[in-house]
Amino acid sequence: MEKKTVVLGVIGSDVHAVGNTILDYSLTNAGFNVVNIGVLSSQEDFINAAIETNADAIWVSSLYGHGEIDCRGMRENCEEAGLKDILLYVGGNIVVGKQDWDVVHKTFKDMGFDRVYPPGTSVEEGINDMKKDLGIA
Amino acid sequence: MDCYLFIDFGSTYTKVTLVDIDKEEIVATDKAYTTVQTDVTIGLNNALDRLFTKVKDDVRIVKKLACSSAAGGLKIIAIGLVPELTAEAAKRAALGAGARVIKTYSHNLNNSEVLEIKNSDVDMILLAGGTDGGNSECIMHNAEMLAKHEIDVPVVVAGNKSCADNIVEIFQDKVEYYITENVMPNLKSINVEPARETIRSIFMRQIVNANGMENVEKSISGILMPTPASVLKAAETLSLGTKDEDGIGDLAIVDIGGATTDIHSIGEGAPSRAGVYLRGLEEPLAKRTVEGDLGMRYSSLSVYEAAGSKVLKKYLDIEEYDLEYEFTKRHEHTSFIAETDKDIRFDEAMAKVCADISMKRHAGVVEEIYSPLGTILSQTGKDLMELPYVIGTGGVIVNSKNPQAILEATTFTMDDPTSLKPRKPEFLIDKEYVLSAMGLLSMVDKSMAVRMLKKYIVKCGGNTNGIKE
Repeated sequence: MEKKTVVLGVIGSDVHAVGNTILDYSLTNAGFNVVNIGVLSSQEDFINAAIETNADAIWVSSLYGHGEIDCRGMRENCEEAGLKDILLYVGGNIVVGKQDWDVVHKTFKDMGFDRVYPPGTSVEEGINDMKKDLGIA
Repeated sequence: MDCYLFIDFGSTYTKVTLVDIDKEEIVATDKAYTTVQTDVTIGLNNALDRLFTKVKDDVRIVKKLACSSAAGGLKIIAIGLVPELTAEAAKRAALGAGARVIKTYSHNLNNSEVLEIKNSDVDMILLAGGTDGGNSECIMHNAEMLAKHEIDVPVVVAGNKSCADNIVEIFQDKVEYYITENVMPNLKSINVEPARETIRSIFMRQIVNANGMENVEKSISGILMPTPASVLKAAETLSLGTKDEDGIGDLAIVDIGGATTDIHSIGEGAPSRAGVYLRGLEEPLAKRTVEGDLGMRYSSLSVYEAAGSKVLKKYLDIEEYDLEYEFTKRHEHTSFIAETDKDIRFDEAMAKVCADISMKRHAGVVEEIYSPLGTILSQTGKDLMELPYVIGTGGVIVNSKNPQAILEATTFTMDDPTSLKPRKPEFLIDKEYVLSAMGLLSMVDKSMAVRMLKKYIVKCGGNTNGIKE
């Protein structure tokens, strides 16, 4: 089977590199072709990378609490760029402070993200979900 | 004595340089008008006649090599997928091959765009798109469009390797094509050398034949490359050296011409301070940028436009001149030579503007980003802050009484606080116009080219040795 491609990065003015490195390692080990665009990445960087590499999924990390602002309109921008059915995952500390997770989850779902993960989620959970979503489980 | 003869077919002059192989010195140089409308060998022979009146000894020419930018140089159209990624990588590869990039296209081409390409007088097309294993629809669509419209210039294919076979099928018997390595094999990492080499070999084989240069091939060993590629080659050779001969390290060359200003930089351009994050496409070690709107004559009006009186004021007492008149005069009389003190001051100020703006566009920028974690520095492009050498070439610099002042305009000032221009480089000049000839020499004997470049590229105000005028 051909390897599935995942674009990975940390969105916004966020320089948290450690989690991103762990995700890169785990996804690669799980058999994915990882395109890691690193920290300080804009929506445009994710989208451009996904176009050139013909990616199947985009994994957005945000650790500094401003994820909601940074991710706003990302699904629409993907559609505008011709990435019609691309999977969008987001995780980390995606909002400021301790907010009700159900509300946060719904906010990001409404924004068009396929999967939304709270702090403390294991990497395996995300990988298993993606295998399911891509029909390779 | 045994000599190499190097020829540079320029748009105005055909320049010839005779090099003594044993002594490793320039015996003589000369030039004559390029005669591209009729037959370039006429101009070449005129230049050679003049050259040999100066040479007393018996000369045995071992090799004749040439570069050319006559008849508009090598004109390329670059096509990619995303404007900031493969389209930009293709453009950089073409510039590095010494081409003039007429236009860059991105994403799927439509009929009117392909017609535009077909009707342009371009010499070659560089087709990229997709990383290896990445997007293949776009480059295949564009290949099909080019085939459908029966594009009759060579197409260099430097895109996603995974669809190379499909592209061969599309182009077979319809379009002249050359498959080479991807200009962007992985995201943001670039691989421009194979595309450059392919472009150069096509240029050598056929482009030169198209432009009134049919007869040259017979009399010389070959036109190896476009002149800007030769200058870039010389820069690389001087910077990196060979395994026997040390190079001088990172450097930039500023070439201010009548129509354009070229900057060549050799160096990684990695951040010079700690804690800086890199953004954007990887930079080629040997990078060339061309500013089509910055030049001393043909482009003088656009220099005025680009600079405005604000930048001009930095280098000139603008009250003294009727600016509009001065720029228009140079634009309309491209053979104008500044002789009065007033005109010379104006020309030198223009050169400073060209040097200033072209280096600003060539060098990277560092931006401060205010984040919840404090200030973060993010760099795009090359950091040239600690660059040790800036070399000047081109008439206005070489003939200036104070070339250092022109080259100083390339350095960092607080006017552009985010720019990564060189801070305190040493200034050198290509006093005898050896750069293009040395680029050719480096194809024959690289170590000799390093030694000769070190001899003939001199400090501002310094003297050359060994030259016989």
